[in-house]
Amino acid sequence: MEGAWVPLMLTLKVAGWATLLNLVLGVGVGYALARWRFPGRDLVDAVLTLPMVMPPTVLGYYLLVLLGRRGVLGSWMESALGGTLIFTWQGAVVAATIVAFPLVFKAARAAFEMVEPQFEEAARVLGLGEAAVFLRVTLPLAWRGILAGLLLAFARAAGEFGATLMVAGSLPGKTQTLSIAVYEAVQAGQDELANFLVLLTSVTCLAVLLAAGWVVPGRVAQGRGSRP
Amino acid sequence: MGSNDLPAALKAWHPCKAVYKRVYNASVPPGVSFCLLCEPLPMSLTRPLRVAALGLLLLSSLPSRAADLTVSAAASLTNAFKDIAALFEAQHPGTKVQLNFGASGGLLQQIAKGAPVDVFASADQATMDQALAQSLVLAGERRDFASNRLVVIVPAGARQPKALGELAQPAYARVAIGAPASVPVGRYTQEVLNKARLWAAVEPKMIGAQNVRQALDYVARGEVDAGFVYATDAALMPGKVSVALTVPTDTPVRYPLAPLAASTQPAVARQFVAFVLAPPAQAVLARHGFGKP
Repeated sequence: MEGAWVPLMLTLKVAGWATLLNLVLGVGVGYALARWRFPGRDLVDAVLTLPMVMPPTVLGYYLLVLLGRRGVLGSWMESALGGTLIFTWQGAVVAATIVAFPLVFKAARAAFEMVEPQFEEAARVLGLGEAAVFLRVTLPLAWRGILAGLLLAFARAAGEFGATLMVAGSLPGKTQTLSIAVYEAVQAGQDELANFLVLLTSVTCLAVLLAAGWVVPGRVAQGRGSRP
Repeated sequence: MGSNDLPAALKAWHPCKAVYKRVYNASVPPGVSFCLLCEPLPMSLTRPLRVAALGLLLLSSLPSRAADLTVSAAASLTNAFKDIAALFEAQHPGTKVQLNFGASGGLLQQIAKGAPVDVFASADQATMDQALAQSLVLAGERRDFASNRLVVIVPAGARQPKALGELAQPAYARVAIGAPASVPVGRYTQEVLNKARLWAAVEPKMIGAQNVRQALDYVARGEVDAGFVYATDAALMPGKVSVALTVPTDTPVRYPLAPLAASTQPAVARQFVAFVLAPPAQAVLARHGFGKP
């Protein structure tokens, strides 16, 4: 059963990185789509939402073709950086990030669109620069929606199976996350290990949800207090 | 106005909406309904529900045939068993063969957990022994029907190892091997490498595959430097992989199959087993490169 902690830590590491990357990417893209009007905006939104709608195996195949040793990006990485992302935990992070991305950027876009422009106007009148307006007014007002999206993204990334298996494989200790370890244990008929892993996964998910419920209201309360 | 028109007149009047307008001095928001008299359920909800119900009804009414005979077979048998199933269906009109391919170990677990399977074909004796030990198959009805060879393949055009020992060299950084816990080709490989005292050197480079075809795919895409598969798998992708070595195994690669004890149609299941052992199906297996059992 000690072997179960390795996949748990790996899952938290992969999901954590994926969530962090999505915080930057999702908030940036969500803000851009909420505020900029440009031709083809709906198409961009639809394309960026695809990872949520498409089967993970389709994504995994795209990534394999793109990032593999003979792929467009992969062959460049092989020659420039001396290795590809296939069969590495970083590859698992890429897969989990893309799969969870729509959850963050959709939530961020909706949250930014809900922000009343008058607060931003007031901040500008008071002499704040655009960056300061974003950090001091827009982001705090949209934060609750973004956090909800990030929480969903973390859960999605932690549970990711199909694309991760195709891109990162199932290397014990390197890329074997909890969901893949459960699959392997069931395939091999190791019911005791499977039972323990399933229990561990359930407890971890519950802990994450409770922790999120504990963190989010505090932040929201602070956000409300700082409203102009 | 006749008494029959009264409900219609009431509907047109909408007492609820009139009250709402009086109290809030605003119209009822679109898509919202307050009372059962206007709409039993708001149209905004019922319309999509009705469309979805209609769609599901249409989809369910599409002709679907019950699975007559379900055969779980090792992944390496994929191409050969598709051909054999087509032959069997041609000779047994009205019988549809449902094929379920995967690593033998995984298939065994499905069966052990109660999957409704009629015939099981494994890529090794060990998996069938487990099925027998759990009384999933009947002892007297197990038959060997084909054999295969273990080979080392490399991506086409890559440097080919001359001996098994070369796999320990740094040039082979990643080696695709079926996960030994559930994939027979992985067990054969582990046995061979253990005997050659190479397992300790190769295991850290092992990229575990879920079944033999995934190992083949990894090599064909060039994601790994070498891989262990069966000769019949390597022959499927002559342009993408090349066979470097044929590796003799202590345990011969022999495929057993058996009807399952829990089969709901044991007669058809036995017919299928007999059919695989008969000359037409054996010819199909030979064409795909399998050896005699």
